[in-house]
Amino acid sequence: MFDLSQGILSLQAYLLLAAFLFCIGVWGLINSRNAVRVLMSIELMLNAVNLNLMAFSSYLDGNLIRGQVFAVFVITVAAAEAAVGLAILLSLYRNRVTVDMEQFNLLRW
Amino acid sequence: MTIATSTELICFLVLSTVIVLGSLGVVLLENIVYSAFMLGGVFMAVAGLYLLLNASFVAAAQVLVYVGAVNVLIIFAIMLVNKREELKPIKGLRLRRIVSGAVCIGLLVLLVRVAIITPWPLPGPIAIGEEATARIGEHLFTDYLLPFELASVLLLMAMIGAIVLARRDVYDSELLAGDDMKEGLIEQTPTPLLVDKSSP
Repeated sequence: MFDLSQGILSLQAYLLLAAFLFCIGVWGLINSRNAVRVLMSIELMLNAVNLNLMAFSSYLDGNLIRGQVFAVFVITVAAAEAAVGLAILLSLYRNRVTVDMEQFNLLRW
Repeated sequence: MTIATSTELICFLVLSTVIVLGSLGVVLLENIVYSAFMLGGVFMAVAGLYLLLNASFVAAAQVLVYVGAVNVLIIFAIMLVNKREELKPIKGLRLRRIVSGAVCIGLLVLLVRVAIITPWPLPGPIAIGEEATARIGEHLFTDYLLPFELASVLLLMAMIGAIVLARRDVYDSELLAGDDMKEGLIEQTPTPLLVDKSSP
């Protein structure tokens, strides 16, 4: 798995780490009751995807480092998402005076 | 194994340990402030992995944007909404945790299987290493020019949207009623507008 015969870290190590990070993020996204923690779990998942992109870019893409360009775009979108998400969270908190995800059932029929 | 490769392996193991423990801490710790700082540690470790992958520009962007902006924003949000509240117990919480944990473990097994079984064409072409920053600039201004410009528009939209959403409305009547402007902007106790009108 770590391919020590060639003495290099292989692609699989990065992929496994990113898979673990993504699954932790999914679990936290489902199970958190604090809305801020939900946003933090989303950031974890975005970081896992970025790690995958960077590993592929370094190991398989050679001198066309398209994965790094994509990672830069993902970082940009993640920053925008965090700003808007936290603004929505503050607005929600102002209306409902709680951060419990179970109380945010405004759109439930 | 030469000393360079063993150093690389040791760095990878240390950084991945930090990432695994930090992400578990983000999800599992009770105190949300500790989770936020653990999240900063995870971001820094991921930036270290980017350095290990010869991507210094993206590592710097990761530190600047995630640790410097997103994490600080999250800590600010925690401070703004930091009210100790007793969460009401909901029924079926344990069952929900177990089921979602099983789903996540299944997803993890699937991803691990894909990562191990797929015959990656390794070793790939030679990586360009430290020229990556110049190459990213070339990409951004030639074949990724349109996404680059759209990203700037997206950031502008996100900035205006965040300001509009998070702004506290100060009504003209409050200002005309003789309050000083600064008095009107002091955070008052929020009046819950929509609290549980339809709850049984």
